[in-house]
Amino acid sequence: MLTPEILVAGLVNGLMAGGIYVLVAVGLTLIYGVLHIINFAHGSLLMLAMYAVFFLWRKPLGLDPYIALPLVIAGAFAFGYLVYRALIGHFSHGKDENILLITLGLSIIIDNATLFFFTGDTQTIEVTYAGRMISLGPALVPLGKLVSFAGALLLCLLLGLFMTRTDMGKAIRAVAKERQGARLVGIDVEGVMAISYGIGIACLGAAACLLMPTFYVSPSSGHAFVLIAFTIVVLGGMGSFKGAFFGGLIIGIVESACGLWLGEQLGQIGIPLVFILILLLRPSGLFGAAR
Amino acid sequence: MSHIVIGRRAITRRRFVAGTMAAGSLAFPAILRAQAKTVKVGLIHPVTGFVAYNGQQSRVGAAMAIEDVNKAGGIKAMGGATLEAVLGDSQSKVEVGVSEVEKMNEAGVAAYIGCFQSPVGIAASQAAAKYNTPFIIDVGASDLIVNRGLKNVFRLKPGFGKCAEDAIIALGEINKAAGAPAKSAVLVHESGEFGTGTAKLLAGKLPSIGIEVKELIPHDNPTRNMDNIALRIRAIQPDILTMSNYGNEYTLLARTLHQQKVNLVGMFSVLGGGFNYKLVKDLPDVAENMMDYNHWFNPKSSNAQGLKRRVEAAGSLFTFEVYLTYNSVMLLADALERAKTTDKDKLIEALATSTWSTDIVPYGPTKFVNGQNEGGRAAALQAQKGDIQVVYPAAFASASVVFPKPKYN
Repeated sequence: MLTPEILVAGLVNGLMAGGIYVLVAVGLTLIYGVLHIINFAHGSLLMLAMYAVFFLWRKPLGLDPYIALPLVIAGAFAFGYLVYRALIGHFSHGKDENILLITLGLSIIIDNATLFFFTGDTQTIEVTYAGRMISLGPALVPLGKLVSFAGALLLCLLLGLFMTRTDMGKAIRAVAKERQGARLVGIDVEGVMAISYGIGIACLGAAACLLMPTFYVSPSSGHAFVLIAFTIVVLGGMGSFKGAFFGGLIIGIVESACGLWLGEQLGQIGIPLVFILILLLRPSGLFGAAR
Repeated sequence: MSHIVIGRRAITRRRFVAGTMAAGSLAFPAILRAQAKTVKVGLIHPVTGFVAYNGQQSRVGAAMAIEDVNKAGGIKAMGGATLEAVLGDSQSKVEVGVSEVEKMNEAGVAAYIGCFQSPVGIAASQAAAKYNTPFIIDVGASDLIVNRGLKNVFRLKPGFGKCAEDAIIALGEINKAAGAPAKSAVLVHESGEFGTGTAKLLAGKLPSIGIEVKELIPHDNPTRNMDNIALRIRAIQPDILTMSNYGNEYTLLARTLHQQKVNLVGMFSVLGGGFNYKLVKDLPDVAENMMDYNHWFNPKSSNAQGLKRRVEAAGSLFTFEVYLTYNSVMLLADALERAKTTDKDKLIEALATSTWSTDIVPYGPTKFVNGQNEGGRAAALQAQKGDIQVVYPAAFASASVVFPKPKYN
């Protein structure tokens, strides 16, 4: 019973979901590209940002998640920057494996601290516009999803401009490409790494604001997105900004199309299938540098 | 795993002996035999992981029951022995639940209570069977839990077989009274033992009340997005949607359907994991007129209302996990009183012949057949104006049912 209308609507749904995956994956790939480690605390930090959105929305502050967006992005950046300066940079002693362990430890601490302070309860926010439907051809899309998709694309565009047009963006790319060389030309490598980590976490802050009108938060909710973000980062090419962008959209569409075709449960098989297929054809990912 | 004595200070052998020596009563060794000891109770719940909230709620109920038993003088037939909770976290995972059984056995628990999730309950109770240790299932819907011939397993609440049977009768009567507006149904369920088992049972029984099953839609845990499921439901246009899933997915699906304004005659879940005070309080518009056939307290019982006030005063919601675990501890305490010992054979025998009753839930006296209490029953509930009302059976009903559900504009 897969009519063209349902198929189009399903693909639009997938594209909308892909927008959020892009934001989560862009943060992860940026951190990988610069620090050369997988940030194991990514899911936990996303969850923490979602709690921040929830508490800002709740009385007495009553801040709408979209209005809170700049605040949460700034807060997430500051938090990420401080985490790097106080923990990762301080205790890693320049070893990548130490950074890996620190982010893993951080993840465990955040998960259990939120469970202790906020309990395992599911928290949601209720905004009136989330239920408004917009007609996109045969597809009816909730306004909340459309805003989150457009917001994700806009933020990716701004991040892309920052990375290519500003001195700091160029410095980040230089550190990602050749850490020692960047240090020799006078770039503050440690500072750039802290800023990169902060930007990666700021992406999670943005994703949290765009997600919360249609999703929920509980101490385990970040992990629902992080595994898919890891998949996207590898599929797109590790450290590749463009790869994370297109990879996120592809995974969103594949997930939705396979869900429609094979059912929500079996449809999940589409993600690993596409992942394997792409890596077979391009072992370094869609936009990864060949080694 | 940690040890906690709730409500009374543990009396150690050394402290007791010192006291008796000071009193010069060494000539009465019988006193030593009367020394109050503790009975360790293993509580295995998912307090971390994707159903952590439910596990934490069960712990609230267990802690209050142990406190009540100990405050009332402990197990009198055992010289006032206090109950001691040995806490275990299954982390919402089967293998961790089983390892908690092993650890608690080493700690010397007299009985286990758990586990919220059916797969964990099935595996953990089987592990406990090796040691012939009684295992009371407080929450766990699958009928496989009690259908394996294990003598050590007892379930106070009804399983999904009985709940599905009673739910179909309730839905049939509600639908008939409204002029049979519901003629078709779609079933959305989580893909584990609980959701799949419940959905299969319902799919088999719905035609008997004149409702055709259009489709069964399974989903994984966790699910990030319910948009496509909403799309399928919109395309199929069923009258009734039944949901059998855990809290997060239950809330996400209900919310997605509400946001996408999918019109249904009714939403009727059976043992819906997310249908609770939290849902109706946080998302009253989403929850309005949703129905659930689930375990519920007797709204006309003063004991239930007293416990509800106490739980709310402690900052928790009075969800079914709280009073089902509370009752499971009370059932164990009653069995210990009658067994007069923690000897496992005698304790199992005491549980098997139990006729314990409470008015907190609308159950009769316990009657265990193959480990399943035949006296338990659930009720049809409906979210109405930010509260939950019992709408069926009439004997316990606190409000009239709203059916069919008003349509979206």
